[in-house]
Amino acid sequence: MTEIPEHLRKRAEEAKAKAAAKAAGDAPAEAATEAPAAAESAGDSRIPAHLLARSKSAKANKEGGAVATAPAATGGGVATAVADAAPPPTATGPGGHTQRLLTVVKAGSIQDLKSTPIDKVHTWPHLLAVEFVAALAITVFTLIFSIFVNAPLLELANINQTPNPSKAPWYFLGLQELLTMFHPMVAGVTIPGMGIFLLILSPYIDRNPSNKPEDRKFAISLFTIQMMFWAVLVIIGSFFRGPGFNFVTPWTGGLFFEL
Amino acid sequence: MERPSGKKTPAQRVSEVVDKTQGSQAWNSIFRPGSVFRKGYTDSPRNRSYVIMNSVLYHLHPVKVKRHAVKVSYTLCLGGLSFFLFILLTITGIFLMFFYRPTAAQAWNDIYTLQTSVAFGLLVRNMHRWGAHLMVLTVFLHMARVFYHGAYKPPREFNWVIGVILLTLTLLLSFTGYLLPWDQLALWAVTVGTNMMGYTPVFGDQVRFVLLGGKEIGTDTLLRWYVLHVLFVPFVTVIFLAIHFWRVRKDGGISGPL
Repeated sequence: MTEIPEHLRKRAEEAKAKAAAKAAGDAPAEAATEAPAAAESAGDSRIPAHLLARSKSAKANKEGGAVATAPAATGGGVATAVADAAPPPTATGPGGHTQRLLTVVKAGSIQDLKSTPIDKVHTWPHLLAVEFVAALAITVFTLIFSIFVNAPLLELANINQTPNPSKAPWYFLGLQELLTMFHPMVAGVTIPGMGIFLLILSPYIDRNPSNKPEDRKFAISLFTIQMMFWAVLVIIGSFFRGPGFNFVTPWTGGLFFEL
Repeated sequence: MERPSGKKTPAQRVSEVVDKTQGSQAWNSIFRPGSVFRKGYTDSPRNRSYVIMNSVLYHLHPVKVKRHAVKVSYTLCLGGLSFFLFILLTITGIFLMFFYRPTAAQAWNDIYTLQTSVAFGLLVRNMHRWGAHLMVLTVFLHMARVFYHGAYKPPREFNWVIGVILLTLTLLLSFTGYLLPWDQLALWAVTVGTNMMGYTPVFGDQVRFVLLGGKEIGTDTLLRWYVLHVLFVPFVTVIFLAIHFWRVRKDGGISGPL
């Protein structure tokens, strides 16, 4: 059974209550004259008054013939013009109408093929303009940075003279930092290998279909911790490691870091 | 407006030349029917579609995208920036290749000469270096952005896998380039890096031998890493980039708003 929408259910209940009140209070008056009843019913329905009046009189005519033999047969009909003041039967709809609500079908289940139409804009100019500006910005940034900061070029490579400390490129300094804590095979191969492997597998491990932050607190915290872990290791390796890869603070021991 | 002498005004001449050019076979062979370069551009929904549809951009972008995909606050443009940096690095890298020979005897001197006596040599090398570091950063941030938006979830799981491969390729590109200046920084950073890879279980020595092209870092290593840096890894990267971009569209554009 389909759920009936709230506003329809309310409207039906209101109408039912109104009909019950009317049946209790106004029954004699309604039965006495036809015209006020028609006027009243026209007030709370969308069916034009003249059509209601026409159908009522047609029904009254039809039942007028039958009334002698079976007075109780007014069951399915409207409030009638018949003189005896029987209260309208309970099967009568609000305002004395005979139409009934068979079922309410939600709009979404039949009519809408796409429940929400996708809001789209033209790639040109909306997206291309943004991309163009972004490309320009990054180029200008790189250019200006390059004008003021020179890339390092130390003395010629010399296999016999190991600089102290020897550092990997900055993105590998987290691994080099791990090297101080674990066996080289663990730090250099196992941990990064597992890391990449888990990263690749993460969409297959995380079966939670929601992309809302409040639904995926665990995944987000795990990832954030992971990122912070690497960021901290890289920062320590970059700025807090001096000669012999020993711990130094950059404000006292100086900076041992080349990009 | 004919002048009494029968001469044409400069404006008439220009428009005549433009008409002739745009009517020529050469011009029409370059721009496809419907191209805005062929029939002129006025701002209309139809022409907005044609800009994409009748240009090479159609390989990259659909005619229309979701409205929220245009919001910079959603993507922060990180994927795009990574790609722009890749292009910038290709352009500056090609420039550098003209002045560089990958041998232990010449590499450092070539870089030094590039910096001191080639016009814009220092600037372009700086851009190449800083652009490379920046690209590693933007690729990392792009990954974080995608994760926090849950954009790796179905149907985009496989594109995430390709993305992780692209991340490792980016690191490889940067790392192989690190050796090429052949200075103390390059040599020892790579020594540290390759020593770590030498601890691969079972095949450690073989891995190291293949990477170095010998038992020690030397001129063979330089040649090897040069070819990896300028040819092999970019080639593989471009293939994965193509798949990555194609999948973005096939999986229904970028992921929805949160």
